[in-house]
This record gives sequence, C-alpha cells and structure tokens, in this order.
Amino acid sequence: MTILRLVFKSLRQHALSTTVTALCIALAGGLLMSVWSVKEQSQATFTGVNGGFDAVLGARGSKLQLVLNAIFHLEASPGNLAWSDYLDIRNNPSVELAVPIAVGDNYRGYRLVGTTLDLFSRAEYTPGKHFTLVPDGRLFEQNLREAVVGSFAARKLGLKPGDTFHPFHGLIFDEKNQHSETYVVVGVLKPSNTPADRVIWIPLAGIQKMTGHDPRAATDVSAVLVKLKAGSAIAGFQMDMMYNKQGNRLTFAWPIGSVMAELFDKIGWFDRVLALVAYLVALVATGSILAGIYNSMNERRREIAILRALGARRVTVFTAIVLEAAAIAALGMAAGFVFYGITLAAVTGVMRAQTGVVLDPLKFNAVLLWAPALLVTLGALAGLVPAVKAYRTDVAEYLAPTS
Amino acid sequence: MPLLEITDLKKSFIAPDGSDHVVVNVGRFALAEQAQVALEGESGSGKTTFLHLIAGILKPDAGRIVLARQEMSALNEPARDRLRATTIGYIFQTFNLLQGYTCLENVLLGMSFGPGADRNLAEKLLQRVGLGQRLAHYPRQLSSGQQQRVAVARALANQPKLVLADEPTGNLDHKNARESLALIREACRENGAALLLVSHAGEVLAQFENVQEFRHINQTVTVEAPT
Repeated sequence: MTILRLVFKSLRQHALSTTVTALCIALAGGLLMSVWSVKEQSQATFTGVNGGFDAVLGARGSKLQLVLNAIFHLEASPGNLAWSDYLDIRNNPSVELAVPIAVGDNYRGYRLVGTTLDLFSRAEYTPGKHFTLVPDGRLFEQNLREAVVGSFAARKLGLKPGDTFHPFHGLIFDEKNQHSETYVVVGVLKPSNTPADRVIWIPLAGIQKMTGHDPRAATDVSAVLVKLKAGSAIAGFQMDMMYNKQGNRLTFAWPIGSVMAELFDKIGWFDRVLALVAYLVALVATGSILAGIYNSMNERRREIAILRALGARRVTVFTAIVLEAAAIAALGMAAGFVFYGITLAAVTGVMRAQTGVVLDPLKFNAVLLWAPALLVTLGALAGLVPAVKAYRTDVAEYLAPTS
Repeated sequence: MPLLEITDLKKSFIAPDGSDHVVVNVGRFALAEQAQVALEGESGSGKTTFLHLIAGILKPDAGRIVLARQEMSALNEPARDRLRATTIGYIFQTFNLLQGYTCLENVLLGMSFGPGADRNLAEKLLQRVGLGQRLAHYPRQLSSGQQQRVAVARALANQPKLVLADEPTGNLDHKNARESLALIREACRENGAALLLVSHAGEVLAQFENVQEFRHINQTVTVEAPT
C-alpha cells in the first residue's frame, strides 16, 4: 500500500511530465492498436466480401480489377463481354445464379449499376440475407427508368422514393457529362454493410441504352456475377481452366476471396512498414518515460534519501520507480483506447464512404490485449534505469543540507 | 542495559588526495533509555556521520552499535532499515519534509515503513505540536518553525525508542529555535523516547543538563595513504 501511495504521489507531483509522457504512450499505443486492428479487420472484411457470389466473369484483364469493379464498385471496368457470354455461363449446369451488371455512369460520384432483378430476388449478399427495401419503396421495373438506391448513397445524396435525377456519364462525376434521361427513385435499400450500399441500381438496359453510349454495345454487359452450385467446387477449377487457360477472350476471377487476398499479399509490405512505424513510435514513447523519470532523478534523490532515512528499503524505492514507469504507460494506454476508438471510427467512416465496406470499431482483436501489455512492460523496463539510480542513491550524501 | 551502546566504532572515508580520512572513532558511548544528551561539536567534526552510523544509514568499518538489544552494526542493510523504521526517529536541520505530501501525509509516511500508518496517532501528534489546524497544508505553505514541528511529529510517528536530532534548530530564528527545542524535548519525554542531539550552538546546548563534547568521544586521527 505504501508503495502504491508513493507511486500515486510521485505521479501527481510530476503531473506535467506524467501527462505529456502518458500522451506519447497514448498516441503510440493507439496508433499500434489502430494499425493492427484496421489491417486485420480490413483484410478479413475485404477477403470476406463477395456479395454472395463465388466468381466474376468479365473481359480479358486483371482478375483483381474485375473483382474491384464488379464486387466493390471501385476501379474501371476492364471491358465488356457479349450477352451470349452471359447466357453461356448462366446455362452452365454448375452455375446456380448468374447476374449480369453494366457500369459506366454515375450520379454525383455514386455509381449507377445496371442489373437484373435476380440480384434482389435470388442473390444472398450474405448467407440467408437478401437485399431488402425500406418501407414505401419497391424494386425497379426492368423496362422503365427507375432506380433503387443503396442506403449510404441515398443518405449522402438525399434521395428518397419519388425523387428524380439525371445520371452523368462515366464513373467519375463531371458536371459537363450529364445524360438527358430522367430516372425516378422507387426504392431505397436497407443497409447491408456491403459495397452495394454505395450503388444506385437501375435496370440493365438503362446503362446499355443510355444516350451517348455506343449502340454497338447495347447488349453487352460489364461483368457477370456468378454463384456456383453447392458442392461443385470442381466446377470452379473447370471454369478457371476453360476461361483463363484455354480461352483468351474472358477472365474468370475465382474464388473472389483469393483474388482479394492476393491484393493484400501485394500490399503486405505497406502493412509491415506501418507496423514498424508503430513499433518505433512505441519505442520512442517508452524512451520518453525513461528520459522523463531519469531527468527528474536529481530532485528525486533527496526525496529518496528522506524515504530511506524513514526506513524505506532500497528495494522499496526501486519498485516504486518501476511501478511509476509502468503506471505512466498504463495511464497512457487507457488514453490510447480513446485514441484507438477515435481513429477506428474515422477510418471506418472513410472506408465506408470510399468502399462501402464496414469495419466494426468495437470488434475484439488480440492486439487490444497484447499492445497494452507490451507497452506497460516496455514502460516498466524503461523504469529500470532510473530505478537502479534510485536504488544506488547515497542516503548520507543526499540528506546533507543543501543551503 | 543502556538503550544504545557503542564500542570501538570506526568510520573513515577516502579523501580526494587518496588518504584515509577517519571521521568517526568512538571508543565507547552509551545512552540510557529516555535519556536526553546533547553532543557539542564543530561543523565537520563527524557528528552527522556518527548519527548516520547509529541510524544504520551508514555501515561502520569496525565496532559495535547495539540499539534496543539489537546489534545494528551486524545487521544487513534491509534489517538495518527495518530497525531504523521501528526504533529511530530522525530530525534534520533542513527538516527534510516531502514537498508533495501534506503535513498529515508526511507524518503518516513516518509510520509507513515501521509499525504501519495510524491516522489517529498522526493527527494527535500534529495536534500536540500545535498543527492540528494545518493537517492538509503542504510544507511550502508553512513557516520554518511550523515545518520543523511537522518534522518533530514525523520523528515520533513510529513511536521510536531513540530520536536523533541533527542541528534541529540550525534553520530557525532564536524564538523558534527555543520553542522547537523545548517541544522536541517535551515530546520525547511524553513518548518515552531517548534523545540524542548534536549541535554547535551554545544556546541550544545550554538547555541540556547532559552535554558532552564530541571531540572527547570521537578520537579521530588521519592516516596518510601509502606511497
């Protein structure tokens, strides 16, 4: 109890230094936990998001580009494929569901994606879950200029059933490229926490026949989202062979998770750099504990000598200094969780806005245990140096009158 | 058996020129329980070192110190710390109060390493030294005389058998010095503690019935370093 009181008093007595050092630890710990958590969660989320499909069929090109375009609604389309290609794969006996999509237009930066009603009636964006509408809405009619808006896009654009809008040509918003067609919003989707939330869904023909689009491509589609029948894992290999190895016109991106995992493998170095930076910051922060306490040792040694004269043992003052260092780190980590929460909330917001993928800031990650443990341990270790100095304090020398 | 018995006590330090500088060389010294003795000596005569040796803060080069039937000089450092915490109260010239602690906390700290904190006793001691209304004051908020009174209360906090006072009035004016000294003596008497005070101030020494000249007790010689 006495030791804890000594620690508490010392922390209070050196409040400014304690606060500044604890803030350094908070930033370092918060950064470390944020980097780690965002990295792991985004990797797990991005490789787990597939919109309920197993593969994407598209024009010859990069599988990654195809997946990013068709599933995440990012990146440009690598090109079109013919309606017959869609029919071929739809009729493949191993395919349970094939949903064509067409892209090429936007409304104020939010993509218009043309598709069929199968996406809403048959596809499950996550097992057992279909896209559903908020009340007072309905799905679009295939042959009308109607739109169903994803929840995030609806919120950001302020669209609700009954509203109308003119699409803009291209995937990037440019006011000069407005189409003349007028679309009516007939429904808004409930949040699915998938990239679909950022999309404005319209009938497939809407994109295909939009004014200004090449009439020769009026039956083309940008990609086909493919769900294989359960138990036909071999079918994926066969199609991979057929489209990617034997054929040379189309690309079959399968399985979607693996394609995204390759992306994370490619940018793995970036994660490692970020983690390294976080570790270095943690090291510097714990160094600041050492420096903070060590620099105050001259003033502390007199107090240590007094404590020793009152009967405190060397090991008591040694332990008090180590505990003080650990306590600064622990206080810092407590604040680090606040920093972590703010960072993750911000990252989650940005990621949702940019990709539609939603991270869970409250989701448990082992880093939330080992990072505080690591920093408190490092803090205690940093306290060893001044603690040794305290241990060796010459009581007689420092008890002598100073004036 | 006396409370404190010292035999053939020696302590020397290496001087900057390499010579062995004997600071304490006491053949025999004894102090009875509840006795009050003042040692008179000039600055630099080894009085403080002598008190540090008795308190176990320094370990002697040779000799025996028996305090309250325990041979302090034969104990290892943790045991000396323990004996000091339970048996000795120390009053310094510069008070040596911890600035981040209130009066009450300073006194409680004096108990913490010995018998354990007793808030009631700490408050009673502070009331006894006239600081019952200053329990929550920090040392910087007190006058020198008041700070010394806190130091007196702290020295008695562990209910010691022996109080060591090292020039306790050196930083006080005449009035405060006289009052403070009287307080120390009375408080020691009330608490059944012996008092060993060292000073070079005549007005302090004049208040003691038993004053011994430290140079008569301390027979130091300087031994030249071998060439």
